[in-house]
Amino acid sequence: MTIRKTLLTSLCAALLFTGMGGCGKQASSGPAPKAGIDPKIMADALFAVMEADRTIYTRNVVKRSKDAGLVKASEQWKDEDDKGSLPLPAQMFRMASERVSEKTETFSYQLKSPWPVNKQNMPKTDVEKKGFDFIVANGGKEPFYGEETIAGKKYFTAIYADVAVSPACVTCHNEHKDTPRTDFKLGDTMGGVVVRIPLGS
Amino acid sequence: MEFIKKMQGWKLWLIWLLLSLVATYLLAMNAWQGADKTMFLPGQTTVGHYQIELKCDACHTPFMGVKQDACLECHKAELDLVNDSHPAKKFTNPGNAHLLEHMDAHQCLTCHKEHVPKQTHAMGVTVPTDYCFYCHEDIGKERPTHEGLGFDTCLDCHNFHDNRALYEDFLAKNLDQPKHAVKAELPLKTLLRSYGEMQSQSQQNVAVENQLKGQEHENWMLSVHQQKGVSCNDCHMQPMEASSVKQWTNSPDYNSCRSCHNAEVEGFLGGRHGMRLAQNLSPMTPQMARLPMKAESMHKELSCNSCHTAHRYDVQYAATDACMSCHDDAHSNNFTQTTHYKLWEKEIAGDIPAGQGVSCASCHLPRVNVGSKRNPEVRVMHNQNDYLRPNEKMARPVCMKCHGLEFTLDALVDSTLVENNYDRPPSVHLESMQWVKDRVEARESN
Repeated sequence: MTIRKTLLTSLCAALLFTGMGGCGKQASSGPAPKAGIDPKIMADALFAVMEADRTIYTRNVVKRSKDAGLVKASEQWKDEDDKGSLPLPAQMFRMASERVSEKTETFSYQLKSPWPVNKQNMPKTDVEKKGFDFIVANGGKEPFYGEETIAGKKYFTAIYADVAVSPACVTCHNEHKDTPRTDFKLGDTMGGVVVRIPLGS
Repeated sequence: MEFIKKMQGWKLWLIWLLLSLVATYLLAMNAWQGADKTMFLPGQTTVGHYQIELKCDACHTPFMGVKQDACLECHKAELDLVNDSHPAKKFTNPGNAHLLEHMDAHQCLTCHKEHVPKQTHAMGVTVPTDYCFYCHEDIGKERPTHEGLGFDTCLDCHNFHDNRALYEDFLAKNLDQPKHAVKAELPLKTLLRSYGEMQSQSQQNVAVENQLKGQEHENWMLSVHQQKGVSCNDCHMQPMEASSVKQWTNSPDYNSCRSCHNAEVEGFLGGRHGMRLAQNLSPMTPQMARLPMKAESMHKELSCNSCHTAHRYDVQYAATDACMSCHDDAHSNNFTQTTHYKLWEKEIAGDIPAGQGVSCASCHLPRVNVGSKRNPEVRVMHNQNDYLRPNEKMARPVCMKCHGLEFTLDALVDSTLVENNYDRPPSVHLESMQWVKDRVEARESN
């Protein structure tokens, strides 16, 4: 009897914990609300956080540190000869993106550009190409939203303009040995952030 | 026989099947749990794994699958150390799915297969020659110097994982260096500095040790341990199994050294000398080695004391003589004919400052700064795999302390020099340094 009681209690606890229901008393009444959040709202919110973090890192860490003659940011910050330097803002962004990819499949994001320093970061899928045409044409004022299927999975894909927020962004890209474009100006759309949210099978 | 004749065909088959299954199960369990599992080896194991090849479950699941994390359990730290150019996390984003269409770059096993000797390269791993092409086929458009190069030539200059000494910015920064640096010197260890406080803690033991006599005592009196106040009990008193109570042991093992030299012991256990111990197997012996070893050394069991002889702990002996006491291959035997060795002799004799001689350990167990420029912490890396293959791994921590980059890379690709133990300048020249030079000049002229 005691064992049965314990099992019943455990089951109730498990069901309540997972939000699947209750025992003896309903956890909530009425029809269950539609689960989840609109992917567009979620993508916009995620980008807001990314954009804020990146801008603050660029202005309040990298630029401030450089202006004060403290630590410089360097593309080769990982090199043992460059141990004291900071990652560039774009590298910081990519590292975070890779770390997120390791932790969750609920969303992903990437920094891409039609004029990338590393050619591997060109828009590749049809939706990416269409999206970058769109954000470049409207000067980065409006994001692009679309859906696509990659490797059998359906995704909601949003692309937001990545704008040059600091003179350092412009100088670094215009002068980089591998840049395909040398006429960026402050405020220009230099690339975009591709946010993907899986829509289920 | 009459009974068998009476049985219908399907019953006989059933009995045969059951008996076969039972026999297979018993055989498999016996071999799996027993000592000798050689019958399970599907082919010759690579040079980096044969030491532990009979510890099947180090890599395999019970039904001969491969454990998902088997490779990374031992090699992840190394990949982090070398700033892996293509970590798996680069390929997890769905936006990179197109890169995985031809090869699954998430998995080590996509490129590196075990037990297939015919596909295994001299480097000790299987490496497909065409994998760069799938993602970098357009490289000729971006780099005119690369136009028309064969898809199987990438690895002549690049590695998939470790490009610390091979990426363009680094090459550009180190152009036109002299073959021999004006200040040719390897860094010196800072280990003793970090152990400075031990003297006062163990000073009380020294008085007791001074009462001992004999060869062990004489050796200990000459050791750095004596200078630092590390006495008999510090090594010989070890915790009993499953207890914190310490008991005297006549032959302290690597766990004893670990209490002060953990990083060094971890390195040893990760390398070819200690990897059997790391898998709870008997110690590696020269008898087990595939490389030629000296007959008189075959019985030796490798532990910390094999190279760092007990009580004396002479690091000069450990740096060269210890290696030569076992290794009997051309590379090792040619060492005494080299300029490197002549410098080592001078260093031992005190004719040149410490750090200007080159021992076996200088290249294979190098002294590396694991701290920062401001607060250097130079340690001897005891995992020789980290600096062995591909041999460009040696370029920065070792060769470039004394030689220019161009000379270094030419020497490392000259395969004849490996056997001769770098007893002469390289006879080949890498064209790629000129390509970098041309790119730099073209940029500067624009």
